[in-house]
Amino acid sequence: MDKRKIEENIFKALMGISTSVILFCLLLIIVTIVVKGLPAMNLAMITQTPKGGYYLGKEGGILNAIVGSLELAGGATFLALLISLPVVLYLNVYAKKKAKIATLTRFSFDVLWGIPSIVYGAFGFTIMLFLGLRTSLLGGIIAVAIFILPIMSRAMDEVIKMIPTELFDASYSLGATKLETAFKVIVKQALPGILTAVLIAFGRGIGDAASVIFTAGFSDSIPYSLFRPAATLPLAIFFQLGTPFPEVRERAYASALILTVIILIISMVSRLVTKKFTRHIIK
Amino acid sequence: MKNRILKDRIAGKLMLSVTVFSVLLVFLMVLGLYLRSKPILSIKPLSELILTSSWHPLKGEFGFLPFIMGTLWVTGVAIAIAIPLSLLTSIYLAEYAHKNIREVIRPLIDVLAGIPSVVYGIWGILVIVPLIKNYIAPLFNRFSTGYSILAGGIVLAIMVFPIIIHVSVEIFNTVPHEIKEASLSLGATKWQTVKHVIVRKAMPGIIAAMVLGLSRAFGETMAVLMVVGNVAKVPSSVLDPAYPLPALIANNYGEMLSIPLYDSALLLASLVLLLMVLFFNIISQIILIRVERTIQ
Repeated sequence: MDKRKIEENIFKALMGISTSVILFCLLLIIVTIVVKGLPAMNLAMITQTPKGGYYLGKEGGILNAIVGSLELAGGATFLALLISLPVVLYLNVYAKKKAKIATLTRFSFDVLWGIPSIVYGAFGFTIMLFLGLRTSLLGGIIAVAIFILPIMSRAMDEVIKMIPTELFDASYSLGATKLETAFKVIVKQALPGILTAVLIAFGRGIGDAASVIFTAGFSDSIPYSLFRPAATLPLAIFFQLGTPFPEVRERAYASALILTVIILIISMVSRLVTKKFTRHIIK
Repeated sequence: MKNRILKDRIAGKLMLSVTVFSVLLVFLMVLGLYLRSKPILSIKPLSELILTSSWHPLKGEFGFLPFIMGTLWVTGVAIAIAIPLSLLTSIYLAEYAHKNIREVIRPLIDVLAGIPSVVYGIWGILVIVPLIKNYIAPLFNRFSTGYSILAGGIVLAIMVFPIIIHVSVEIFNTVPHEIKEASLSLGATKWQTVKHVIVRKAMPGIIAAMVLGLSRAFGETMAVLMVVGNVAKVPSSVLDPAYPLPALIANNYGEMLSIPLYDSALLLASLVLLLMVLFFNIISQIILIRVERTIQ
């Protein structure tokens, strides 16, 4: 009897320790970024583009990368939405519950979800070679869109799957076609979930460096054309960290803080959105 | 009236074709990368590329062995750290923790899963690399710059914690209450119930969660690249630097178009990475689907 109690207690202690270790590490990350990033933070960082000699420690900011990242992630999210919304609606409205195509599509999204972003970058690069594009905002948008497609579709699918069949039946019994049911009933009902999925995908897109390194390139000016290279925040951080100058490296910490804050805002907004839009839902 | 039905039909076909296209994406990726890596495959056999270790793109020597070994080492260290810690944590969260604690920790872990890998990389440079250089390496009477497999492994382990925990807590929650209660009513302690009943029942799911974490660790690029040292040599200890495959691809995109066959070699490296990850993923998905079926 005693032995069992001892074993129970040992493992309880081990669980306590590992949970605290994990939480400690994760909190330490946030604390480190804030502590290192705040001192180097200033208004110029977020309102100016890099001036000449920025990477040697001269003035300027990373507005080019902030705008570039927002444009790139925004474009990619839009493109991914154009593909994933029809797919998810097809799976849940048109296809039968146990249809082969539904199982196969979900399976392939799950597989795509696990593919590393650097492979998406390389694949995006082969598409660009195929289309004759150079490193550009458009190239980055294509690569990131394919990368976030499975993330967005899976999240949306989970929500739409939960909609009760009665709602479909009610719509059909009023004489609505599947298309009308899909857009007038299902999309409205699942709107909070769809928005959350879009935001999650946007967050993943804005934070990823490996998929844009080949495809979007880098530039010191704010991108104004789809066919020009665009700077992105993760790459800006990476390049600033690669310089031997302490001032520039400090700016990398500040840029990392900016990126982290953007990610945290997105995740907070997605929580708010879920709360706010739930009232339009038929329960 | 006809108009509406016609619209419905057309939309249905359109949606079907988008769906089919997205299913084909995986194959398109394999095909696209294969076609681009063909030039190098037609000159050298794959076995020679994978099993030799001399990497001199200028001389036309492309031996992937150091990079493949680097990937395996870093992933191995990460998994060795991540599995016990995240398993114990998920058991705690699913079976022992109070509801309130669970409700604070789980969203927190999900938020942290969204933090970009560059941020993890910076943290690795600021915290883990000095820790290894100043404390861990001297413990073994070794000199290390800190940029090592161990640093990469630790950073990676922390990055895959949220993924493994998220999936395994969900798996633990699918274990039916009745069998826990049956075990407890026979006089088993809580830990005995966990060990003999819950973990056993959830085993396939746990394996799938780990494989998912493993494949994530495999392909993670930026965070590892920043702390692992990037030396193209087959490593012999965890304090050595290494040069994993994703880092190789990301680091050399600039030069690759100016040296013959270099681009082809790097795209072959991504193809190898893709196929390895596909293999792991398909296995874990099949296990997960089986688990879902037995539950239903």
